[in-house]
Amino acid sequence: MPDLASELTSGGTVLIRTFFVGIVLGLAAAAGALYAIPVVDQAREVSITKVAPNGGNVEVFRIDIPTDRVMVGPAGQAKPVPPGLQWPNIEELRGVRTEMFKVRNARGLVIGVAIRNAATKEGQNVIDWVLHFPARGSVFVNMDAAPHEGGYRIGGFRAGSREFATLSGSMTERWVANTSEEEGAPAGHIELQATYVGELKPLDLAEESVE
Amino acid sequence: MKYVVALVLGLIIGAAILAVGVVYNPFTVDRVLSPLSVTEAQVIVLKFSRVPAESLVYTNNGDSVPSPYPEKVLQLWEAPIRKTSAMATVMRDARNQPAGIGIKISSLSESTHLLRGEAIVDSIWYVYAPQHGSMFIQQTENYLPFVREVAFPAWKSAANSWRGTWMGNMTSGPGALGIAAVSGGSGRVKGLDLDGVETLSVRAFSADAGFVAAEGQLLIELPDPSDDEEDVLVR
Repeated sequence: MPDLASELTSGGTVLIRTFFVGIVLGLAAAAGALYAIPVVDQAREVSITKVAPNGGNVEVFRIDIPTDRVMVGPAGQAKPVPPGLQWPNIEELRGVRTEMFKVRNARGLVIGVAIRNAATKEGQNVIDWVLHFPARGSVFVNMDAAPHEGGYRIGGFRAGSREFATLSGSMTERWVANTSEEEGAPAGHIELQATYVGELKPLDLAEESVE
Repeated sequence: MKYVVALVLGLIIGAAILAVGVVYNPFTVDRVLSPLSVTEAQVIVLKFSRVPAESLVYTNNGDSVPSPYPEKVLQLWEAPIRKTSAMATVMRDARNQPAGIGIKISSLSESTHLLRGEAIVDSIWYVYAPQHGSMFIQQTENYLPFVREVAFPAWKSAANSWRGTWMGNMTSGPGALGIAAVSGGSGRVKGLDLDGVETLSVRAFSADAGFVAAEGQLLIELPDPSDDEEDVLVR
């Protein structure tokens, strides 16, 4: 058996050492990069909120119709959205209108995706909204079925995730028809106005008195 | 010059070793068993197909795999929603009968930490099933076990595809033990805060087209009616 180790020249040994140092450095650099550089970085638009007169913050969203419609649910539509949609004609979805939209902020930039579901089953009316903002979280709103005077509906936050997890509040929906006569302008938009109220936390009186 | 070549080769191999180590990290634990599979409480079972062509609508940014369905659906190409996908599908009950509609919206999560074995997706479900009511489900899902055992082997294979049987519990949070938070909005679940889990069963996957044969399942644990009776007795 030839002794390979003794046959290596000092230059060859340095070369192999350099190679192994490279492996260690490659491992360390890749691990450092994975640790320091976020794998996912969601694009964010600045939230446009106003302080409400009676407390809390108000944020307005809009959905341009028909441009922001991703899906409209009922069966038997002359022009289904999206084209080619095969909505099932089953008993469970009779009286159910499920829609999916893109959601814009007050500046008209798309910032999320929304679901609206309206259902009438066994005398019970359900109108739910779900708003999903990838960089912020999601909120689930149960609306009152009956519209208020002025043609808007109001509902309370039922649940939320991430940024919305600790917030309670309400949301209104209202249809705003487009009055401009510009060619190609949307027919109108759905305006959603969310009012956020922070979670109530009991004061720690003992801590307050010490201070 | 040869030393530079040896160093660069070493750097590349080192980075490749780390990449393989991340995918096949032996310190990560796969949750194959759903925490709700051992519950004695009543469970709502909602099944759905994960194959886009078998859903009502599937959309994403249009560049990712799988392709949107139907072809002309509006794509989520704007920067804030580019890493998001949405799927609407008919939900079926445990007897495979239509139960209602479900919409799932998923976004790649900034809490992804590959060194810890976490490829996280923030996802929400809105489900309307007339028998139960409306439900909002929020969860984080860890796709790394799926990537390791299905997607990566599919990508490595000559045919860019994978066939077999893979089952996994996708939900990794926000609750302890990998439980999703379910909030009832109407019907029999109105006002209830429940636990849920999403599982995935894959039989065929293509690196080019996504799921070829795959089914998902939502399990939602209903409160034990005897709990209410006990509350009344205590009062």
